[in-house]
Amino acid sequence: MELTISIILGFMIIGAIYALHAKDLLSAVIAIGMVGYGLVICFLLLKAPDLAIVQIVVETITLVIMVAVVLDSTRSEIETIPDRRSIVQMILGFIIFAGLFYFFIQAIENLDPLGAHTLRMSEIYVNGAVEKTGSVNLVTGVLFDFRAYDTLGEAVILYTAALGALTLLRMKGKK
Amino acid sequence: MTVYILCFVLFLVGLYGVITRRNLIKIAISMSIMEFSIFLLLVLIGYIDNGLAPIVDPGTTGQVYVDPLPQAMVLTAIVIGLATTAMLMAIAIRLYRKYKTFDIREIKNLRG
Repeated sequence: MELTISIILGFMIIGAIYALHAKDLLSAVIAIGMVGYGLVICFLLLKAPDLAIVQIVVETITLVIMVAVVLDSTRSEIETIPDRRSIVQMILGFIIFAGLFYFFIQAIENLDPLGAHTLRMSEIYVNGAVEKTGSVNLVTGVLFDFRAYDTLGEAVILYTAALGALTLLRMKGKK
Repeated sequence: MTVYILCFVLFLVGLYGVITRRNLIKIAISMSIMEFSIFLLLVLIGYIDNGLAPIVDPGTTGQVYVDPLPQAMVLTAIVIGLATTAMLMAIAIRLYRKYKTFDIREIKNLRG
């Protein structure tokens, strides 16, 4: 299992690096689709079918929106010429990335290894959800019953974002 | 442990993109890469070997299910990620119509 996920993650990293360096914005958007659909396969392998369904829908909508925006523009990537200052910034960035990596290694020391997770607080959810909520799907049981206010907040965020996007697109620009 | 580290490498690729790219669309893409790596890390933490998908078959007992709590959290986060991406795209297309470029340096110069 760990090997399969690692291989798919490797492909996702390659796709992400290509997306950042592509000369044409349309190929960058297509490459990000590779990362998103790789994530769908990972979710299916990790026994999360609900997440896989939602991720497929969301990824397709995101791709359509991004392609619509990119096709409306010049599509060309902006050229940057490296100078002496950028070398200093590159070294600084490398040090910061190395530091972040060190702290991440420190942080995952206490984590359970992959596949040996122990249920702590979700043991109550797993054992009592069917009697308490009447839902055989534990994820929707948690989402719509134990944490219903969380889902309400999520709906509010979605509504606000849709309203904001609509306002931004309808607004007439100042001349 | 390798998978966690690869997840973090994917996160760092997204961070690198946010820092170095000058194109608004590329910055939006980098932010979704960072989101994806976080989703995968949370679901990986909740995985149990030989566990079933968290859908209970009534009548059976003693089954091992993977942790449903991280999955519920990630489900919320995916939808919010879609909302933020749509918002970013709306802002990007708005700026493009005004300045005819996605270059953030140009947009900064044209301020006022």
